[in-house]
Amino acid sequence: MLRTKQLVLDVLKPHKPDVLEFARAIAASGPDYRVQLTVIEMDDKTETLQIIVDGADLQLDSIIAAIHEMGGSLHSVDGVNVSNEHSD
Amino acid sequence: MAEGFFRRAWRLIQLNRSHVIARRYFVVNGFDGALTMLGLLLGFSLSTPSDPAVVLAACLGAAIALAMSGFSSAYISESAERQLEFRQLQDSMISDLRDSAHARASRWSPLLIAAVNSLSPLLMSLLIMLPLWLTERGYALPLEPLLAGIAIAFGLIFLLGAFLGVISGTFWLWSGLKTLAVATITTLAIYAFV
Repeated sequence: MLRTKQLVLDVLKPHKPDVLEFARAIAASGPDYRVQLTVIEMDDKTETLQIIVDGADLQLDSIIAAIHEMGGSLHSVDGVNVSNEHSD
Repeated sequence: MAEGFFRRAWRLIQLNRSHVIARRYFVVNGFDGALTMLGLLLGFSLSTPSDPAVVLAACLGAAIALAMSGFSSAYISESAERQLEFRQLQDSMISDLRDSAHARASRWSPLLIAAVNSLSPLLMSLLIMLPLWLTERGYALPLEPLLAGIAIAFGLIFLLGAFLGVISGTFWLWSGLKTLAVATITTLAIYAFV
């Protein structure tokens, strides 16, 4: 079965909520999600982020929903790590 | 469930810093309410003795008017400000934020701020009117009700100043004494002109 293990996302967000709350909201969108967030660029009202999400079976839809809820928008998916796991 | 609701509500409030605006309105309009009641009570105390029921009715009328004015003015101005802020944020994000927490915050925060701006002077006024109301109900007070009301007004004005001192990190007593000085100048002005 194909499972997404890692996603590298390019995201634009307003200054509020701050990066900690933003990362926590994304981490809360799945049962075992781990989030690494880096601010790439900061403008007057917005911040460009690189977000790396790791998990056993990532669901991109729920991550996008969490990003939208926080007022952010997904610009691109810049990297993925998918594995094919066979269940016995 | 209630905890989740309050946490979400607190997050929305923090999102556009409504709590800071509401706190400012609480002090500003609370001060308005206390000073208006102080003026009314001083005016009544300087005029021919009035029936406490008449004083109470006049004060209650003024308190309700202050509350209505506080709600409508804050709601209209804050709605306009929040809508502008939200539109500017949408323009910066170049995306539709209608389903985001920011949209909900911009809808709800004017109501919250208006409620604070309305209830703050009403609460101050009701506390200042309390001795009059108690007298009306037949309770005997150690002080004459108008004087007791004036004393409560001074006390509340001092507390509002002290509160400002606490939140600004300055010496609360000094801050309280400054607002008390404003109440004293108001009293002297009323004595001078009435």
